[in-house]
Formats: sequence, C-alpha cells, structure tokens
Amino acid sequence: MPDSTAGTLQTPDAPAKQRPGGTLYRGNEGMWSWVLHRITGVAIFFFLLVHILDTSLVRVSPEAYNAVIGTYQTPIMGLGEVALVGAIVFHAFNGLRIILVDFWSWATRHQKLLFWIVVGLWVVTMLGFTPRHLMNVFGH
Amino acid sequence: MTTIEAPRTPARSAGRNGNLEKWAWIYMRVSGVVLVVLIFGHLWVNLMVGEGVHAIDFGFVGGKWADPFWKVWDVLMLWLALIHGGNGMRTVVNDYTKPGRAQKILKGAIFAAVVILIVLGTLVVFTFDPCPAGSPADLLPSFCPAA
Repeated sequence: MPDSTAGTLQTPDAPAKQRPGGTLYRGNEGMWSWVLHRITGVAIFFFLLVHILDTSLVRVSPEAYNAVIGTYQTPIMGLGEVALVGAIVFHAFNGLRIILVDFWSWATRHQKLLFWIVVGLWVVTMLGFTPRHLMNVFGH
Repeated sequence: MTTIEAPRTPARSAGRNGNLEKWAWIYMRVSGVVLVVLIFGHLWVNLMVGEGVHAIDFGFVGGKWADPFWKVWDVLMLWLALIHGGNGMRTVVNDYTKPGRAQKILKGAIFAAVVILIVLGTLVVFTFDPCPAGSPADLLPSFCPAA
C-alpha cells in the first residue's frame, strides 16, 4: 500500500506503518542467520567432498598426495582457506545458537541478541585465525 | 492454501517413515555439537600449530595416523560430517524442488556421494600404509625403516 499524500484518502483505522509480510523473520536477524547458515552449509558440504578425495590420495602414493596438498599452500588457496574457515566458524557458532533457541526459552526470546553474539564471536575467532594462517601461507 | 491447525490439535501419526524426520532433526543437533569439537580440533592441529598448512604432507599424515587417537578422530569426523552435510543437502532439495523425478535424482546423487565417500574414507584411514615400499625416503615419516 503506497503512502497516501492526501491524508483524507486514508481509512481511519489504517495502520500507521505496516511491515512487509508481517512475518516474524523477514529481513531481520532471524532471516539473515538462516540465509548465511544455508549458504555456508552448502559450501562446506562441497568442500568436504573434495577434501575426502584429496586426502584419499595418501592411499595412492606419497608423490600424488604431496602434489595435490601442495596446491593448498599457494597464496590463492591460502585466501580460500580463510573463507572456508570463516564459513565453518559461522556455521558452528550459529548452529549452537539454533540449538539454544530450540531448547531454551530465554534463547528463543533473545534469538536476535544471540545472532549478534555469534557475529561477535566470529569476528574475534577470525581475528585470531587469519593473521596466523596468512603468516604460514605467505611467510615462506 | 495452507491451513494452520488449532493449537490443541493432537499430533498426527508419523506416517510411513515413522519418526525418521524427528531423528534426523535430533541427529543434526547432536552431531553438530560433536562436529564443532572435532572440526575445531582438526583446524587447530592442522592449521594453527607449528607451520600450519605448510607442514602438511604425506609424512605429516603418516605421523598423525600412527596414533589410533587421530584415526578414530578422523573417521568419526568423516561419518558425522558426511551424514550431517548429506541431510542438510536433503533439506535444501526438499525446500527448492517439488516431489518428482528431479527430486529423486538429486536425493539419489546426495545419498550416493555420502555412501561412496564414507566407504572410501574409512577404507583409506584403516588400510593406510605410512611406509609404502619403493617410495622416496625423504617423503616418508621419520619412523619408516627406509627413511
């Protein structure tokens, strides 16, 4: 419903402000945590498939394994590993948030606050991980 | 149109799949908690300790799997993560496809990938030979006779 320019056209009991859809989650922390959980989950799944296959090369020969795992130590893959760990850490912390929201009524009422706690813990974890990992990648 | 049942409506019987969806729901939470510990430990030991990703090679894997502790750790991670991920992908497919041939094919592909990789990964861990004959000595773990 577009906002009327002439107040006389509005019905007296029309709500002053209507949120789209009026649903619990749309556009808010609940929706974005769900979107991020889904995207990171699918990404991690496809990495897992690749990671099992590359690790399986230890059963082929030391040379085959070292050749492929060596590509994990290049700068581009090193940056990719930061993205991967970022996805895993978010999925882990937000997964724990989901469990709390499911089983603990206080957490159900404060799911928005918990989302920002997840974001905060993610930032702290990545601030610890990223410099150390990039030193290992670029320090050689 | 979707109808929402009255709050006091008794639960419907679970149908032909029994309580499978409930157990899938419980599995995601239980395996999720365990996977946080297993994967964070995996990332810590492989990426943060020592030279991190630069230290990973055949000798590194051989050294880890000389200890049954890490074999159990990795196999547990393999099973829990693949089933957790496979069930998550099944949820995604259910959300974006209608029942029919395409949905069956997608779910079949997920199921096949999970089963094949669980079998492959488990065999790799338990049949792993850290000192394969005829390999260059400098690529092997230090405890190998040839190294």
